[in-house]
Amino acid sequence: MSSLRSITVATLTKDIRLEWRSKDALNSMLFFSLLVVVIFSFSFDPNAEESREIAGGLIWVAFLFAAVVALNQTWARELRNQVLDAYRVSPAPATALFLAKALGNFILVSLLEALMAPLFVIFYNLRALGPAWQLIPVALLGTWALVVNGTFFAAMSLRTRSREIMLPLLLFPISIPAVQSMVEATRIILAGDGSARFWIVLLLTYDVVFTTACLGLFETVLQAE
Amino acid sequence: MKRAFPIFAILTALLLAYAFYQAIWVAPMERTMGDVQRIFYYHVPSAWTAFLLFFVNLVASVIYLARRNPRADVVALVSAEVGVVFCTVVLVTGPIWARPVWGIWWTWDIRLTTTLVLWLIYVSYLVLRRFSDSSQTPKLAAVLAIFGALDVPLVYFSIWFFRTQHPQPVIGGGGSIDPRMLHVLLINWLAFSCFAIVLCWARYRLERLHREVEEAEGLESLRGVSR
Repeated sequence: MSSLRSITVATLTKDIRLEWRSKDALNSMLFFSLLVVVIFSFSFDPNAEESREIAGGLIWVAFLFAAVVALNQTWARELRNQVLDAYRVSPAPATALFLAKALGNFILVSLLEALMAPLFVIFYNLRALGPAWQLIPVALLGTWALVVNGTFFAAMSLRTRSREIMLPLLLFPISIPAVQSMVEATRIILAGDGSARFWIVLLLTYDVVFTTACLGLFETVLQAE
Repeated sequence: MKRAFPIFAILTALLLAYAFYQAIWVAPMERTMGDVQRIFYYHVPSAWTAFLLFFVNLVASVIYLARRNPRADVVALVSAEVGVVFCTVVLVTGPIWARPVWGIWWTWDIRLTTTLVLWLIYVSYLVLRRFSDSSQTPKLAAVLAIFGALDVPLVYFSIWFFRTQHPQPVIGGGGSIDPRMLHVLLINWLAFSCFAIVLCWARYRLERLHREVEEAEGLESLRGVSR
């Protein structure tokens, strides 16, 4: 167990340090989601009263697209210099590598959300009518739901032709219930229209089910070559 | 085995013809919907067949991951392909029926949406198989099949809750079915299942031959190199 933790922490620290020095993924994600916000605001009238109804969908679609940008780069770094091959032959548990990558993406996407959320509030004149603190568990669970499967499918699509396009094709169909839960929960909280509890529980179930599946099957995917 | 295939295929064709006759001429006319209702005899059996094939795909994928049996992988591939075809039939015949009866082509009802998401998942499964050309494709595909199967109940619950919150007027609830209609439906289901078996069987043989040829070509080129 201690090796699992130390390897996870070591890989995570390395990834964060690399990202902190280059800020490639974060900058491209930030700019990308800014573009999505602006394009959406031209497509829909952001001042209308309905903006509260549609904002949940806009926010999460923007984050979903932006997350794909980061997820695609997850493993690319390890392909250079055959780092992934070294992982394969090392006795380190594969789950540690997966957890580190998933946590790294989680931190990255959460940071993006924290930076972009105020912008959404300003651009769409949002004010939550429901309990706003509930947005925090929705965001955390929702982000984890996206990145845990995203990290996994990014590893799967390493073995395919045109892998950049492969990731969304695999990730989006599986993510439909998670995206629906996030969007609905956000809409309910913003519009103060009932309780979002069902959606939060569903997100939690989704997270538990797919985290288990990813940890259980990652070894198979990593060794596939 | 080789002779059994044409016999089974001919029997299936006869059964399909009989089922068609039953559905179009013998089954009683539905009182309110009229003849449009007869699409039901194609829509419902296709759906059952598609779901059955997706289930076969899941079982074959699990067997492949556990045993690494190449035959299980061929079964998984074949059942997903034929399942997507039948699922497409469901998604096309549904709106054709819904337009005159409900007045709309499509509604985000629980069954429609779950079927659509299932179709999307299996199309992405086939895309993965097509785009991945290493020898590890079966493993990755089997993993994806398991993810898809885990996803389906979650999709179902999310839409179930969503739509019970916002009821749609067009969803026909339960109801009884005329026994003669049920009879025709079951004949059609049998015919469609046999048809699916014929397709899977032919595709299975084709895929096995295809792989044998590839293997032989690989060996041949190796021999050429060593010479």
